[in-house]
Amino acid sequence: MSRRRHSDENDGGQAHKRRRTSEPIEIEDRLESLICRVGEKSTSSLESNLEGLAGVLEADLPNYKNKILRILCAVARLLPEKLTVYTTLVGLLNARNYNFGGEFVEAMIRQLKETLKNNLYNEAVYLVRFLSDLVNCHVIAAPSMVAMFENFVSVTQEEDVPQVRSDWFVYVVLSCLPWVGKELYEKKDVEMDRLLSQIEGYLKRRVKTHVQMLQVWTAEKPHPQEEYLDCLWAQIQKLKKDRWQERHILRPYIAFDSVLCEALQHNLPPFTPPGHMPDAQYPMPRVVFRMFDYTDAPEGPVMPGSHSVERFVIEENLHCIIKTHWKERKTCAAQLLSYPGKNKIPLNYHIVEVIFGELFQLPTPPHIDVLYTTLLIELCKLQPGSLPQVLAQATEMLYMRLDTMNTTCIDRYGKPILYIYCLRNNFHQHFLLFFPYSRLINWFSHHLSNFQFRWSWDDWADCLTVDLEKPKPKFVKEVLEKSMRLSYHQRIVDIVPPTFSVLIPAEPIFIYKYLDETASTLPGYQLSITLGNAIKNRATNEEILTILKEVPNPNQEDDDDEGESFNPLKIDVFLQTLLHLAAKSFSHSFSALAKFHEILKTLADSDEGKLHTLKVIYEVWRNHPQMIAVLVDKMIRTQIVDCAAVANWLFSQDMAHEFTRLYIWEILHSTIRKMNKHVQKIQKELEEAKDKLEKQQLKRRDSGDDEDMDKNSEDEDGQLEEQIERLQEKVESAQSEQKNLFLVIFQRFIMLLTEHLVRCETGSVDISTPWYKNCVDRLQQIFLMHHVTIQQYMGTLENLLFTAELDHHILAVYQQFCALQL
Amino acid sequence: WLRLWNLTWFWFDESFILFVAYFSTMSAKLSALHSDSYVEVSQYRDQHFKGNRKEQEKLLNQSNTLYVGNLSFYTTEEQVHELFSKSGDVKRIIIGLDKVKKTACGFCFVEYYARGDAEHAMRFINGTRLDDRIIRTDWDAGFKEGRQYGRGKSGGQVRDEYRQDYDPARGGYGKLAQQHPPVESRNTY
Repeated sequence: MSRRRHSDENDGGQAHKRRRTSEPIEIEDRLESLICRVGEKSTSSLESNLEGLAGVLEADLPNYKNKILRILCAVARLLPEKLTVYTTLVGLLNARNYNFGGEFVEAMIRQLKETLKNNLYNEAVYLVRFLSDLVNCHVIAAPSMVAMFENFVSVTQEEDVPQVRSDWFVYVVLSCLPWVGKELYEKKDVEMDRLLSQIEGYLKRRVKTHVQMLQVWTAEKPHPQEEYLDCLWAQIQKLKKDRWQERHILRPYIAFDSVLCEALQHNLPPFTPPGHMPDAQYPMPRVVFRMFDYTDAPEGPVMPGSHSVERFVIEENLHCIIKTHWKERKTCAAQLLSYPGKNKIPLNYHIVEVIFGELFQLPTPPHIDVLYTTLLIELCKLQPGSLPQVLAQATEMLYMRLDTMNTTCIDRYGKPILYIYCLRNNFHQHFLLFFPYSRLINWFSHHLSNFQFRWSWDDWADCLTVDLEKPKPKFVKEVLEKSMRLSYHQRIVDIVPPTFSVLIPAEPIFIYKYLDETASTLPGYQLSITLGNAIKNRATNEEILTILKEVPNPNQEDDDDEGESFNPLKIDVFLQTLLHLAAKSFSHSFSALAKFHEILKTLADSDEGKLHTLKVIYEVWRNHPQMIAVLVDKMIRTQIVDCAAVANWLFSQDMAHEFTRLYIWEILHSTIRKMNKHVQKIQKELEEAKDKLEKQQLKRRDSGDDEDMDKNSEDEDGQLEEQIERLQEKVESAQSEQKNLFLVIFQRFIMLLTEHLVRCETGSVDISTPWYKNCVDRLQQIFLMHHVTIQQYMGTLENLLFTAELDHHILAVYQQFCALQL
Repeated sequence: WLRLWNLTWFWFDESFILFVAYFSTMSAKLSALHSDSYVEVSQYRDQHFKGNRKEQEKLLNQSNTLYVGNLSFYTTEEQVHELFSKSGDVKRIIIGLDKVKKTACGFCFVEYYARGDAEHAMRFINGTRLDDRIIRTDWDAGFKEGRQYGRGKSGGQVRDEYRQDYDPARGGYGKLAQQHPPVESRNTY
């Protein structure tokens, strides 16, 4: 892999103007490089590197002070995993140059204000943490830091603000305490005690009533949940009990104590948290993803407990490393594995837990799914003797918990099972028991394909002894199906034990109704032969249409001269024959669809036509879900079918037996995404046209009155205005289609769920069948995955579908979604 | 210092977060931290490209198409589609063919609708396995009819003309080695 130095050209941004003299640029680049790289692997000790760098920077202060200030502010914000390295550096600089220290603190405060104003809450946390660690480096006086914390915590007294706002300010304060708790308590214990008791009061006030409807799909009441803020509070309380003794964080400033304690400290200016703005986007609360504890790492260092502050710090830092290096997978893996203090913790377990935590995060992972697969592969390459085993262990654990995922929150050992949780803004906390199976399936199959599909399948033989609709066998089936897509059918047969044959996917072959003479009694048989020959002989569309005119319409009593109305047999014969001839590959099928696009569009002209088209696709390719998905995709893009038709088809009775299969949902989500992208594209075109018009008008105004210009520009304006009007209509039409799509989807869900509930009620049967739980999961998933779009249409949804008359089980899902206010 | 606004839109499935980087008075851009080496254009340039070097560079830098190499001859379009769909929606795949036999000869083009998705493929699919082989991706200036054929004398890819190793998934020995089998023993004195 070529490792060329990153070029100076911005990707698509403004051109970088080089100064005439290159020296200053070189020095600035060098300063950046020196500062960014300090703390990395080196032949010298970290302390001597910091000492050396402080000397260099001090010497450069007269000429490059502003640049140095900016670089240090940037690393504070962008390299939180190296927090203490940089606070030490600032400490050393402050000891040598008091004014510089003061200017740095001021710059940080300005930066903090900007981040908060711009909704960059995660970065704001890093900045506040940096400031708090500067107390340890004798740059900032402890009392002034306490004062800032007091101002943050006072946000909990605000009324009529979203709970996520006060949550965040409390979180910031608590998350600094592992670094600075000890120092602050030594200097200001009374104030800190008051602060903590205020926080405690707030956390108690955060109401934790479980909505009763949740009992529908939880067998037992959950134990107290490890929600991120609760977890952190427990960790801080334990730290306090341990008298703030914290031994995990790397603190280079300790080595420089004699120098630093001579330095003069600065007071933080009084900092008032900015008020709540309606468009503020506070971070969504989350559940701390945990799957390992001290019992899981068999040998070597013990894993810090779930309520230890070490656990918090490790997880924070690992998340930060991924955030910093996500584009460079080899660097990312190396950085994760060279985590300081790694010899005292089971680092591989922490890494796997953090990575899976991101992969399974709701609503979406911080980064694209495939990043995690590849990152784990890089980690396996660097630690071939240990990491694969941890991964295997993790996979095994996730498999074991498949059964219990939707029924209880804890396994029989009393360990809280992984779950995802979302918090409502106002008063109630709602819990979503929802695990994104599909991400696990996709990860595992892709991972296996990089390791020759080696896996101890026999360990999972228990999945063969139960009903194949149960979670475990279903999981294995889906994994094998995805694995087959990355390889081929015989490979899958070869890699699993013979006992697993019942779970092996079908061979992905075309099922042709009119294959041979045994089909001669079928109404379309003769025509299929004629059509097939015509297509093979490159007949024109007109010739094909002529042939098709002969197809009788089973739906019609009298002859329709034009033969224009919906004719299922026509669709059947043409599509089956065409796709059969093109079955060889995706490309062949796409060519066929393109060549006969007009005919297909005509045949599928009505809603019934579209539905029947999809039905035929399924019939012929039902052993090849991948092909179905790509054909449906192509047909939407070429407007042979529309999104609503696809939704109706997926929910139709004909597809009921496939309803729990992963590919159905992948097609549905992909369809929704296409719809959304379509709307966004037109909206963008509209915005661009509006901008263009505005610019044009501005230019005209600025250039003054010129008779000639007026006429031309009026024409131009007129054209643009027409275009804008057209685009406006297009946007409205697209949004209408989008709204309709969601209406169709939710309507169908409601119908299906209602049927099930009624049936169970009349039969006095428990409603919580695997099918029902799966269906509710899927419904929740629609809400979660597309919450931004759905929120635009809440009014309509409430008026038309999610009314009070609805069965309360179904209504609960909707109400929870509203309560989430994502 | 010029005031530089950088606006980057990130799509988070269906939600978006507007990231605004800072006035350069606030903090530096830190190019050292924005390394994205997997996305960089390689040294390879298609010698058959119709156009000058500048045009080629431009096309490569805005391309949505990737060249994929070191495929097994038996790897299907379906497999390529499954793997490369993991970084985004694939617009089309063109399997590379032996010019004479018109059978797959171990490479293909993958075209995405969006360049960002192609970039993710360069970051996360390049250098991983397909059909048990480490595959390699590289930016391509764009598919043109005729480019789906191997350019080796025997009809396959050039690399299969000259290689000395035995690769059962790529027709066994290299073409030259097949015609002139290597000498049995080489004794060094």
